[in-house]
Amino acid sequence: MTTQLPPGLQLEKLNERIMTLNVGPQHPGSGHMRLIIKVDGDYIVSCDPDPGYVHRGEEKMAEYRNYIQNIPHLERPVIHDSCNVLYPYCLGVEELLGVEVPERAQYLRVIASELNRCVYIQYWLAIYGIFLGHSTMFMWPAGDRELLIDLLEKMTGARVTHAYFVPGGIRNDVPANFEDMCLKRVNYFEKRIKEYAAIFYDNPILISRTSGAGVLSRDDAIRLGTTGSTLRASGVDFDLRKKEPYDVYGELDVHSNVLKEGDSYARSKIPWLDMLESCNIIRQALQKMPKSGSVRVKLKPNPKGGNDEVYKRVESGRGSLGCYIVSRSKPEPYRVKMSVGSFRNLICMPYLLKGEKLGNMPAVYWSLNYWPVEADR
Amino acid sequence: MSQPESPETKPVATAQPQKELPKFEKSLTDKLEGKFSSKVAIEFVKPTRIRVKVKKEDVLEVARFLRDEIHFDHAESVTGVDYPDQKEIEVVYHLGSYTDPELSKQVLTLATRAPREENPNPGNDSTRLPSLRDIFYSVEFHERECFEMLGVYFENHPDNRRLLLPEDWADLPPMRKDFKIKGR
Repeated sequence: MTTQLPPGLQLEKLNERIMTLNVGPQHPGSGHMRLIIKVDGDYIVSCDPDPGYVHRGEEKMAEYRNYIQNIPHLERPVIHDSCNVLYPYCLGVEELLGVEVPERAQYLRVIASELNRCVYIQYWLAIYGIFLGHSTMFMWPAGDRELLIDLLEKMTGARVTHAYFVPGGIRNDVPANFEDMCLKRVNYFEKRIKEYAAIFYDNPILISRTSGAGVLSRDDAIRLGTTGSTLRASGVDFDLRKKEPYDVYGELDVHSNVLKEGDSYARSKIPWLDMLESCNIIRQALQKMPKSGSVRVKLKPNPKGGNDEVYKRVESGRGSLGCYIVSRSKPEPYRVKMSVGSFRNLICMPYLLKGEKLGNMPAVYWSLNYWPVEADR
Repeated sequence: MSQPESPETKPVATAQPQKELPKFEKSLTDKLEGKFSSKVAIEFVKPTRIRVKVKKEDVLEVARFLRDEIHFDHAESVTGVDYPDQKEIEVVYHLGSYTDPELSKQVLTLATRAPREENPNPGNDSTRLPSLRDIFYSVEFHERECFEMLGVYFENHPDNRRLLLPEDWADLPPMRKDFKIKGR
């Protein structure tokens, strides 16, 4: 039996104590990625994440298109959070071209990105709920999410793939009655998500399943370079909306949610608290926004950046999202790199799952707020 | 097509004459230059962004200094940029800090370059750099991505395997400039 196996395959003997399990890429509990898990009985001995099943070459495509043509395809990694995904790219291109965004557009961007954050978190929460066997927690967020999707549709014209942010502002102004409608819906939305506490977050079954599972200490969270809810659930107060305010976030009162426990329960609670905070931010922005004015600075056709580079980052639904653009005086960027929260949090997975029970795998995996398509880009 | 009355704002050229450098950022680069003098090249100092270029022999030493003395504690991203005309591949580390509140806004760009070969043989040619994984643990997956996408082998990296590409990928590393997308 010395036949050469094709790469990626391995032989396993039946009498070995350690068994290898492939979780994914078709398994619904894994998303579009594979986890190669070795188990000893019920306990996970090692975990090797294997992403790449939804790799689309966004960064390579960006080198062949000009700065404006890049807008619609760069938001594809996370269509539920498409405003936040485009945000750092737009900020970067604006800095390269030296464009100042009108104030009304900056406020509308903040509103759109906060609405989008809620939409993303609701989707994630629905999946988290169903994988813990809580079907009400699948139905409720999936239903309440529609409220904001309809609002975003009125604002941007599309339900999920908005392509709303453009270098120089936003694509179009909002309809006339938007502010009242937005305020009403956001208030109702806030009332609804507060009800999740009783059915989900204070539910003893959820607490017993998630608390103490996959604990990430503060030092390890920093050492592994995690970001977003994973980082803030481990007691590190780092929210870019507060630490490095972009656009008009500096003028708004942003509170960043931090919990100390570092377990799956804390990681699942932070996004929910973030949604409540987003509602606050939207209300502030609606109040302070100029009631009229230009929303877009027209760029020249085929704008060129100089011989320069920028690195811009924003706080997305999954953590810090950085965009590194290298420009070489051409209409196309020379190199675009998206440093995404999911990819940065991927490194936690082998670390947290080691020594955990196999049954806890979905609770830990989904609490990382990991989006496979974004990690692959 | 022309819209003469539209409020077309011309892109304003950003600050042509070199203004005085931002103070805090300058103090960081002074520390670096004081320690390493000519080994580090400060390429630009902008508000909250610094770019430092080092030779690949010195990158470990400089990175260790950045972690221990200046307290950058994690890498946000590792990017490979291919420069075929200069026969080099640049690897760019964006470093940030969670522990030091003064540094929370700062992103330090540490760039180093590896030689580039015409016919790459990833892992077995001269396109090599020392891995920063022992200094910044967070670069582990980023360096794996850089290895498969640009063919830069990181020495002393514990796990130089494929990450995103399929196991049987037998073409050029796809982020190199001579790998062309069909039809474009």
